Amino acid sequence: MAANNVRHAFFSALITLIISYPILGLNLEAQGISVTLTGADTSTVIAIFIAVIVVFVFQLFRERLMDKIRELPILSARAHKEPMAENKRAKIESWIITGIVVLALFWPFFVSRGAVDLATLVLIYIMLALGLNVVVGLAGLLDLGYVAFYAVGAYTFALLAQYADFSFWMALPVGACLAALFGLVLGFPVLRLRGDYLAIVTLGFGEIIRILLNNWTTLTGGPNGIGGIPDPTLFGMEFGRRVKGEGNTSFHDTFGIAYSGEHKVIFLYLIALVLAVFTAMVIRRFMRMPVGRAWEALREDEIAARSLGLSRTAVKLSAFTIGAFFAGFSGTVFASKQGFISPESFVFLESAIVLAIVVLGGMGSQIGVILAAIAVTILPELAREFSEYRMLIFGAAMVLMMVWRPQGLMPMRRIHIELNRQE
Amino acid sequence: MLVLENVHTHYGKIEALHGVSVEVNQGEIVSLIGANGAGKTTLLMTVCGSPQASSGSVFLEGRDITHAPTASIMRSGIAIVPEGRRVFSGLTVEENLHMGGFFNSKAEIRKSQDHVYELFPRLKEREHQRAGTMSGGEQQMLAIGRALMSKPRMIILDEPSLGLAPIVIQQIFEIIGQLREEGITVFLVEQNAHQALSLADRGYVLETGRIRLHDTGANLLANPDVRNAYLGG
Repeated sequence: MAANNVRHAFFSALITLIISYPILGLNLEAQGISVTLTGADTSTVIAIFIAVIVVFVFQLFRERLMDKIRELPILSARAHKEPMAENKRAKIESWIITGIVVLALFWPFFVSRGAVDLATLVLIYIMLALGLNVVVGLAGLLDLGYVAFYAVGAYTFALLAQYADFSFWMALPVGACLAALFGLVLGFPVLRLRGDYLAIVTLGFGEIIRILLNNWTTLTGGPNGIGGIPDPTLFGMEFGRRVKGEGNTSFHDTFGIAYSGEHKVIFLYLIALVLAVFTAMVIRRFMRMPVGRAWEALREDEIAARSLGLSRTAVKLSAFTIGAFFAGFSGTVFASKQGFISPESFVFLESAIVLAIVVLGGMGSQIGVILAAIAVTILPELAREFSEYRMLIFGAAMVLMMVWRPQGLMPMRRIHIELNRQE
Repeated sequence: MLVLENVHTHYGKIEALHGVSVEVNQGEIVSLIGANGAGKTTLLMTVCGSPQASSGSVFLEGRDITHAPTASIMRSGIAIVPEGRRVFSGLTVEENLHMGGFFNSKAEIRKSQDHVYELFPRLKEREHQRAGTMSGGEQQMLAIGRALMSKPRMIILDEPSLGLAPIVIQQIFEIIGQLREEGITVFLVEQNAHQALSLADRGYVLETGRIRLHDTGANLLANPDVRNAYLGG
C-alpha cells in the first residue's frame, strides 16, 4: 500500500481517460462537405469522469479486493473438494454427455429459427476449436492462421458446387481432405520453428490464403465471393420450396407436410450436430492413441521426446494435418449454411476467436473447449442490447477470465495424483 | 558396439569436434570426462544424429549411422538419458515410463515397467505422481528408467549427477554398475570425474574438441595430469 500503488492507480486512471475520451467523447460530424469535431456533452463527460475514479479506486485497493474474493466461500470450497474416483467420474461424465447430445437433438423443434441458426454457428465453432485444440492444446504448436484451412474447406465446396455440380455430401470429404493436404504442405516448412516464429509463419499463411482468394477473381470471384452454394440434401430430398437438382424430390412433398423454411434450418443444425459429435469422438480417440501421447510428449519436452525415438516430423505433421482436416470439415458446413462465402469471412479475427476459445476453454480439454465455444459465440449475441459496447464487454469478460482462471474453464485433466500414505 | 571414427562436428561454421575417435565395446562402462565446453554433449548429440557429423563416421553395432535420422537411431537399441533429466513434468511417473516404451507392445511395456520398478522401488511408490513434482534425484531415476523402457542394448547417460546431492549420486552410480551386470553397455559422460572414472572400465578425456587421453579408468584416476586438471590435485 505504498506510493507505488498510488502511482500505479494514477496511471491506470490516466490511461482510462486517454482511451475513453476520444472514443466516447469526440464526435465527427459531417456538415456539407467538411467534417467538424464536436466535444462530448456533459453527461458523457460525467460518465467518463466516474469511470476514471472507479478505475483509480479499484487499482488502489486491488490487492486487498483480490484477497477478499479468493476467500469467498464458493471459490475456496471448490478448491478443497476431494476429487472423485477416476472411473466413477468417467461414468457420470459419459452419461451427462449422452444426455446433452440427446437434448441437443430435440431442442431445435421447440425454439425459434434464429436460435437454431445461432446454435448451428456454435457447432461450427465447436468443430473448429476442437480441431485447433489438437494443434495448439495437445501438440503445443501455436497456429495463428488456422482460419486458412477453414477457408480451404469452404471454398472447396463452393467451387466444386459451382464448376462440377458437387452436392454437400460429396464435397464434405473432399473439402476436409484438401484442407488436410494444405495442413501437410504448411507443416513442412514450419517443422523447425517453435513458439513465436511458428505463430508468425502460420499468420502469414492465413493471410496468403485470404489474399489469394480475394485476388484470384477469375476462379473465386474475388471480393464478390461465391453464391448459390447448394443446401445439403437428405437422401436426395431437398429442403427448398422447389426442387433444383435433377432426380431429387422435395422434403415436404415426400412426407406430405406443408413447406416451411424452418425444416432446412433444423436439418442444417442436425448435420452440424452430428458432425461436431463425430469430430469430438474422433479426436478423443486420437488422444488416447499413441499419436495423442506423442503430441503431448512433444509439447512437454521436444528433446526428451526425440531422445525416445519419436520423429519430430511425423508428430508435428500429424497434428497439423488432423487439425486442418476438421477445419476443412467445418468450412464445408459453414459454406452450406451461409449459401454465400467471400474472403471477408476468413479474416485473422476468426483465427483469433478460435484460438481464444481454445485458451479460454483450457488447452487440451475437450469439454472445456466446447463450453468456451458456446460462451464465446453466444456472449456477443446476448450482449447485443448494448450495441456498440458488446465487443467491449466481450473483451472485459476475456480479461477477467484470464485473471481468475488462467488455466481455462475446464483445464485438461491429466492429474491423477494418489496421496502417498507412507513416509 | 559404438565406434566414432575421426568425427568432426560443426555448429554452422564453428567446428566443435576436431576429429574425435571413441570406441565403446559390448558390456563395458566407458566414461567421457572433460571441462565445460569441451564438447562432451556435442559428441553425444552427434551419436544421436542431431547435429550430424560433418565428416568421419559413427557405427552402431557395425552399422553406419552417421547420416541416419535421429528417430531411427534412437529406435535401434540405443537409449539416451539427456542432460538435465528432461522428464515430462506434466505426465505421471507411469505415463513417463510408457512414453519410454513407445514403440514396444503392451506386454513388453508391462515387463520392462516391472523391471524398472525393481531397480527403482522409489518410482513404484510414486507411480501416479506427476513427474514435475518429484525431487531431482527421483526425476533422474525416472529419466534412467524411461530410457530403459525401450530395452536398449546400450545406454548413454549425459551428466546423471548434475545438481544432485552426494548421497543420491552414490545411488545413481550404484544403479549404473547394476546395468552393466545386466549386460547393458554404458557410455557415461560426466564432470564428476572421480566417480565416473572409478566405475568405468575405460575412460576418455576430452579437451576443446579433441581426445587428450585414453586409458583404463584406474590408470586415468592415477594419472597426474588428470588429477591436476579434473580431480583437484
